[in-house]
Amino acid sequence: MKVLVAVKRVIDYNVKIRVKPDHSDVDLTNVKMAMNPFCEIAVEEAVRLKERGVASEVVAVTVGPKAAQEQLRTALALGADRAIHVETDERVESLGAAKALAKLVEEEQPGLVILGKQAIDTDNNQTGQMLAALTGLPQGTFASEVKVEGEKLQVTREIDGGLQTIELSLPAIVTTDLRLNEPRYAKLPDIMKAKKKPLDVKTPADLGVEVASKVKLLKVEPPAERQGGVKVGSVDELVDKLKNEAKVL
Amino acid sequence: MRILVLAEHHDGVLAGTTAHVVAAAKAIGGDIDVLVAGENVAAIAEAAAKLDGVSRVRVADHAAYAHLLAEPTAALLNALAGDYTHLLAAASTTGKNVLPRVAALKDVAQISEIIAVESPDTFKRPIYAGNAIATVQSEDALKVITVRTTAFDAVAEGGSAAVEAVDLSFTKGADNTQSTFLKEELAKSDRPELSAARVVISGGRGMGSGENFKLLDGIANKLGAAIGASRAAVDAGFVPNDMQVGQTGKIVAPELYIAVGISGAIQHLAGMKDSKVIVAINKDEEAPIFQVADYGLVADLFEALPELESKL
Repeated sequence: MKVLVAVKRVIDYNVKIRVKPDHSDVDLTNVKMAMNPFCEIAVEEAVRLKERGVASEVVAVTVGPKAAQEQLRTALALGADRAIHVETDERVESLGAAKALAKLVEEEQPGLVILGKQAIDTDNNQTGQMLAALTGLPQGTFASEVKVEGEKLQVTREIDGGLQTIELSLPAIVTTDLRLNEPRYAKLPDIMKAKKKPLDVKTPADLGVEVASKVKLLKVEPPAERQGGVKVGSVDELVDKLKNEAKVL
Repeated sequence: MRILVLAEHHDGVLAGTTAHVVAAAKAIGGDIDVLVAGENVAAIAEAAAKLDGVSRVRVADHAAYAHLLAEPTAALLNALAGDYTHLLAAASTTGKNVLPRVAALKDVAQISEIIAVESPDTFKRPIYAGNAIATVQSEDALKVITVRTTAFDAVAEGGSAAVEAVDLSFTKGADNTQSTFLKEELAKSDRPELSAARVVISGGRGMGSGENFKLLDGIANKLGAAIGASRAAVDAGFVPNDMQVGQTGKIVAPELYIAVGISGAIQHLAGMKDSKVIVAINKDEEAPIFQVADYGLVADLFEALPELESKL
């Protein structure tokens, strides 16, 4: 079974972001970028499926600017066999990305597609579900456990209040929660080898899709600042302040 | 404007989040219908009909919708959405699972986790783990939206909307062969639900072990609080992950949030920094949590917690 895994280049999760002075967007110049953490988990799961003999080939894909090839190389170093880059400088949101990915699913005919549950920049949590809709495939979102059982896929999902297990017919779309696995680090020899692995570049026009976002971003602002509070010296003082000053007890 | 709200329910009870989503629908303005999909949902439909501002409750009662699986539920919403300008659901795991699927079936974008309504087509939503607020405008004919429920006050009861059954003969959702529900394991708790509690007390890595989370029980009992946790505490295996507060867990905005042994990483702050009053108890004076805490106590939690419990 071929596994397609989608990755996204995003700002590194440790970076404290800055909003541009003109409030047009977040400032990404000279900021450390990395693979989205949920996508790392998706790559790890795909590679584990290959190591278990379930997956025959792992194909990493991304939609984004030229620099996103760094993240595809990372996926290759982690164990993906080849990569496809859908190159565009447009601001792509979930629907556009899902449309490009749907075309790749049609071309590649994977048995399983794994994505992260959300990107830590837009926080949309949409692309996997939209890809499932566009391809007509079932979806197992927020997965913390994935088991291939013959022609079926058992997915344990993290839901509000606990866990839910569902069974999907294959092919299927899965999105990863943080607890699905712990991603490995790429070793230097693997990083060197990854440079020689095949990486195809396509454009949205090649795929016949329009990826630009139709949702207008009018303004980006920093959130309201919380006022720095006071430090109290004792538990008694804390209880007194909560009762008499904040009036929340 | 005509708005359809997807009702959420668990164990035969209408989820509290639905009243918050109706509040967001009222902020948009227009006729508000609530869709109750599920199996044996008559009582849930009655509860939804009482929500203030709802003009009609539409009921899709069929075994296929029993667990609101994405495939049948999205197909149902896709069949009904043509009559509406807005489709809303809570940004819960159910809403997040189903709504993007509907949006793609309709070839429209989705706007996730709105925290404010500027106008019927313009909304505010947090991005980058809540470190920036984006104002976005949708030009789509159908606006598909999930709502951060803590950002909207629940509507009161007192309405008396009409309840009518949806004609299911024209929907394809009821013949789902792609997905099957196998089982659910829900964490049992007598405490208030984390996302709806007035007071939340959370423990972090500083708690040291799962056993030590018992130190929070007595305080939680006295305050009627829900108990949460940071991702560090969940990853360390101290507590189950449904207790996690943060960008990748639950978003809470209680009146009082008490963070114990939590450093205050960006991902945790994203889940609780809209709380009205924040208290931090931490022995590390430099912990970033003190920058957002209204009241900070630099102390060893193993001494401070029993003392706090005895003085409440």
